[in-house]
Amino acid sequence: MNESNPDLDHVDVTYVANLARIELSAEETEKFQKELDTVVAYIHQLNELDLDGIEPMSHPHPRENVLREDVPMEGPDRELMLANAPARVQDLIRVPQMMEDA
Amino acid sequence: MDSGLQMADGGLASKSIRELQALMESGACTSRDIVEAVAAQIEAVDGDIHAYLEVNKEAALMDADAADARRAAGEKGPLLGIPVAIKDLLNVKGQSCRCASKILEGFTSPYDATSVAKLREAGAIPFGRVNMDEFAMGASTEHSAFGVTRNPWNLDHVSGGSSGGSAAAVAAHTAIVSLGSDTGGSVRQPASFCGCVGLKPSYGRVSRFGLTAFASSLDQVGVLSKSVADAADTLSVIAGHDPRDTTSDPAAVPDYAAALGEDLRGMKIGVAEEFFGEGVDPEVAASVRAAIDQCVSLGAEVVPVSFPHLKYAVSIYYILAPAEASANLSRFDGIRYGNRVEAEDPVSLMCKTRDAHFGDEVKRRILLGTYVLSSGYYDAYYVKALKARALIKQDFDRVFEQCDVLMSPVAPTTAYKVGAGAQDPMALYLGDICTIPSNLSGGCGLSVPCGLSEAGLPIGLQILGPAFAEERILRAGHAYEKARGAFEMGQ
Repeated sequence: MNESNPDLDHVDVTYVANLARIELSAEETEKFQKELDTVVAYIHQLNELDLDGIEPMSHPHPRENVLREDVPMEGPDRELMLANAPARVQDLIRVPQMMEDA
Repeated sequence: MDSGLQMADGGLASKSIRELQALMESGACTSRDIVEAVAAQIEAVDGDIHAYLEVNKEAALMDADAADARRAAGEKGPLLGIPVAIKDLLNVKGQSCRCASKILEGFTSPYDATSVAKLREAGAIPFGRVNMDEFAMGASTEHSAFGVTRNPWNLDHVSGGSSGGSAAAVAAHTAIVSLGSDTGGSVRQPASFCGCVGLKPSYGRVSRFGLTAFASSLDQVGVLSKSVADAADTLSVIAGHDPRDTTSDPAAVPDYAAALGEDLRGMKIGVAEEFFGEGVDPEVAASVRAAIDQCVSLGAEVVPVSFPHLKYAVSIYYILAPAEASANLSRFDGIRYGNRVEAEDPVSLMCKTRDAHFGDEVKRRILLGTYVLSSGYYDAYYVKALKARALIKQDFDRVFEQCDVLMSPVAPTTAYKVGAGAQDPMALYLGDICTIPSNLSGGCGLSVPCGLSEAGLPIGLQILGPAFAEERILRAGHAYEKARGAFEMGQ
């Protein structure tokens, strides 16, 4: 992908899948390539619109700084949360080694 | 199932919430009887339909006994003792919550969604988990990892989606009422396909806490029911501000039941021809126009309006919803919960887990969303779609200056055959055109059955209102429904 001149007609499925942390098979990559190119070709219709000066609408009813009283509340039960972990060591969730040995 | 639906156990399961309240009040039946009747109906017909992913009868019977005890102690309430089928993406403490995805196999909810907690407070009984498109992405329930939910009116056809299990259960009398969710039409379209009522409240009306997030600026918990009055009663229970959802609205919840009446005198119904355009089945258009005529005979007035940006709605939605989904679904990484594919390092673990356990439609949307948010494309797609979304809102604002509600088809077609759309995702996305706009704007919408196609499949009338105008759409839907008369299978 060339960031300074993005290709707006073809999705780089391999690049995007890596960003999305999905390991696709070759067949999947080919299939999604065709399907996503079709969708992207369709959504190009937004280029017909004159959108100069229009404020982007990221939310139906914008609200800012919604605060509540800073008082302790009961949180979720730790044991119930940990019970969902695929792998567990005592009160911790076990994952593969994150960092190289020093 | 051509000639009406077989009914197990004396027909209690086929009754509306209001009918059941009258029966329980008079002592003619108990909440336990109702749960037993619904369970018997599930046993009798759900093998063919497959609306249910899980049925928790024993827990429900205990809740029913508790509700009966509350009634015996003098308590009353619109949902006291009523079982409610829950879409598989709402958390019910102690039950599974898989979002119809393999990635959440084995997950047990540690808490109740606020909408579920409100049901419990009102004495309603969360009973059974109903099927859906995986993570609510789809419009046919064919994208469930656990098999398709079929349309009770014709088992060769889809139930719609993503709340297809909710709609099929209500239509097949395997549920009295059901909670679903609507991000781009996922309550209204299956209601239309299955011939039941579907209510999408305004964004912010019902707390989203405990609703597994798909697209956070569009998602809303909704109701699928046998009548508009039942939808109004259920909304009155689940609506309201929740400190745990900062987007929930602080406004007081109106008495929705009080808004229902028999006539539509003084109501202005907007009709925009754009909603009857290319792709809308002529049978659907004719049925919806006839329903609007019937509203006129009840005293309403039709106001022609225009909705110039409707044709951009699908493009806007299929940029914004996948973008939000790609962020929201990043939490399903095999680390903290659900299924995991073990690997040597954390990144491979995530990549392999997500490939193995997400279905195709979910992958498609995550990839699309990641693409439109990625460096170099953000302005070309995402920001452009946010600006175009403002144009949809402006179209609605102009429309609702001229009329009280907007009426249209819910979906361009009736329920299609199972497997018919599998090869062309884009064609399916276009089926959302009539429902998407109110998710983009944050308004409210209602689907009410208004007729049958020649093939005998239901058609739905969509009634749209501005944000927090549920009383208006419920009033219109209820009066229309009374004038229309019964809408039952096998008539």
